Amino acid sequence: MLNKNLQLNEAGQLKHFLSIEGLKRQHLIDILDTAEPFSNVSEQAVKNVPILRGKTIINLFFEASTRTRTTFELAAQRLSADVLNINISTSATSKGESLMDMLHNFESMHCDMFVVRHNQSGAAHFIAEHVSPHVSVINAGDGCHEHPSQAMLDMFTIRRHKQDFADLKVAIVGDILHSRVARSQIHALTTLGVSEVRVVAPETLLPNDISSFGVHVFHNMREALDGVDVVIMLRLQKERMQGALLPSEGEYYYQYGLTPKKLACAKKDAIVMHPGPINRGVEIASEVADGPQSVILEQVSNGIAVRMAVMAMVLGRSSKFNKAS
Amino acid sequence: MNNTNAYLIKNGQVIDPSTGTNQVMDVLIEGGKVIQLAENISNNADVPIIDASNMIVCPGLVDLCHHLREPGKKHKGTIASETYAAVSGGVTTICCPPDTSPIIDNKAVIKLIRVAEQEKSYINIHLMGALTKGLEGKELSQMNTLMNSGCVGVTNLLEPITDTLVMRRAMEYALTQGITVHLYPQDYWLSRNGCAHDGAVSARLGLSGIPESAETIALLRDLELVELTGVKAHFSHISSAKGIDIIRQAKQRGLDITADVTINHLHLTEMDIGFFQSDCHCIPPFRTQRDKDALIAGIQDDTIDVIVSDHQSHDADAKLAPFPETEPGLSSTETYLALACKLTEITTISIDKILSKLTCEPAKILGLKAGTLAKDSNADICIFDLNSPWSVDKKQLLSVGKNTPFHGWELSTKVKYTFVDGRCVYQQAK
Repeated sequence: MLNKNLQLNEAGQLKHFLSIEGLKRQHLIDILDTAEPFSNVSEQAVKNVPILRGKTIINLFFEASTRTRTTFELAAQRLSADVLNINISTSATSKGESLMDMLHNFESMHCDMFVVRHNQSGAAHFIAEHVSPHVSVINAGDGCHEHPSQAMLDMFTIRRHKQDFADLKVAIVGDILHSRVARSQIHALTTLGVSEVRVVAPETLLPNDISSFGVHVFHNMREALDGVDVVIMLRLQKERMQGALLPSEGEYYYQYGLTPKKLACAKKDAIVMHPGPINRGVEIASEVADGPQSVILEQVSNGIAVRMAVMAMVLGRSSKFNKAS
Repeated sequence: MNNTNAYLIKNGQVIDPSTGTNQVMDVLIEGGKVIQLAENISNNADVPIIDASNMIVCPGLVDLCHHLREPGKKHKGTIASETYAAVSGGVTTICCPPDTSPIIDNKAVIKLIRVAEQEKSYINIHLMGALTKGLEGKELSQMNTLMNSGCVGVTNLLEPITDTLVMRRAMEYALTQGITVHLYPQDYWLSRNGCAHDGAVSARLGLSGIPESAETIALLRDLELVELTGVKAHFSHISSAKGIDIIRQAKQRGLDITADVTINHLHLTEMDIGFFQSDCHCIPPFRTQRDKDALIAGIQDDTIDVIVSDHQSHDADAKLAPFPETEPGLSSTETYLALACKLTEITTISIDKILSKLTCEPAKILGLKAGTLAKDSNADICIFDLNSPWSVDKKQLLSVGKNTPFHGWELSTKVKYTFVDGRCVYQQAK
């Protein structure tokens, strides 16, 4: 009862998509494989497929987002679903309506899926626990917990460039403590069996028990990047300068900003990733962000295919497309 | 059945840690008092007989920390609902901390509660006053007035007194009044916004953590001030292994302090949060297995004097939100005794020791003549069966608060009768 895996149905298939934690390697591979043919859909003249025709998807965003929301919206449209975008600023919730009441209201509009972003950890799990049985929930980022679709589009991008996960060394650099992206990425990478995951940050931006994730902790960026195949940079929020986490952007950039010099420590063919939005000159130099090793924009396009795959899978429609294609 | 004021409780195993009693005997109560304890008391006056064969007869439980929701938060529980839930768990005396609404920091609020108590309470209610006005940690409360109105202690609960001088003055003033200060050690800055133990689980779930140092730093500061001022102090809800060590060392040094843990911290760890189980949202947080083991060791060697329920009933809405936004606290009065007795199954701690920490020890801290079956004491009695298995079902709880993470647990101890002042206020449905 306590630790039931909310994400899976009785057949062990995805019912919701809430966290990478709790999914098997095969689930992740299935998502990547399902996404492959979808990545061609965007290049066709008619950019949609009728997989989710007649389905209603509500994008429920309690927190501002451009990239994630628009790619989820595009993904839904390309699957021919009806999409409703609802941006709920914190002021709307302070009118007194509880999250539960809001949910029941949307449910009565007969929707089939919620894509949820919320500023509190656990919000997607909470919603998945309380929606009607026919509704699926996709976590588009909950507090500092997870952002599983971002991690899967990152894995998709890595696989396109690096074939086999088993040989890879990956470094994740930046604010791990507050990053839902990092948590999902670490789970995804370890589940897919990469040979080493390194996290690089000052101690103030690392969770207390980070080693329990099975990662190697580095404080020195050059040492951390030595011989890695993938460098994942995380966004540094300006708020972190308050609250005694960091002294200044300048000092952070000096130690942890990805410059061409530091990148030279990594393998020659290493790729550079970033979930966006990027802060040039804070965590990454423009030469690197726009350089030949950067796959940052590719990540965004892959986001559509991966999100199409996840949406089709949780609504049990992924096989339809695979058979047809 | 002539004398309804009297009962003869026959053939129970009477365990009264206050007198060191543990033997099968009869107990005669009359006029609200314990009249006689002996083997084979003859029923000359033809009073109603309670057959307690194969059951334990002990003093009614004295719960040092049971948060009442009336006045102010009746949607979370009323005096009637929560005190009835308490007697169904064998509790006959509770001490209510001052976080009612309004806060217990003046005479008027105490009067308000006393009036409601007269009408609705099933048990003895004692009140704890605020240590500072409005629990704001800035100005001293009127401790003399509070004491004269019947408060049995003062506390600021988990509300911080960040100004160390205010804490020192509060202790000095409490010492002047001869009133015990109940301290909840938790550093404000290290615990701010925290909702789980700062460890593997909070890291995994992206929850803001409360490190054990939040407890130990506050504990060390407050212990220094207790030593400086000489105030009578009780430390509440110790949650970490290091915290236990600090209390143990302070006691060994000869400092006259007492301490409690909650029954829930003796059974749960951070792992029980699973994937955001809001019923496990508790402050101080459930910590690691190692911490839990240390708390149990603290019971074993009497570093810990008292086990409390820390009952905090909540309405359903309080727990229906993403984990960090839910209100902390467990509805625990009904599982209190059964979970305490479970310790005798999973550890080597004796039932006598467990019961002492639920009865005479808390009574001693509160300065009450309760928690005892000595002749002429008030007939507050709990009769329970150690071998009466039941499964915790949150829907079946008598408390308004259904917020228990023990839902589905199999427990073996069930209360059969509870007497308060010689009246049978609870009897298990047949």
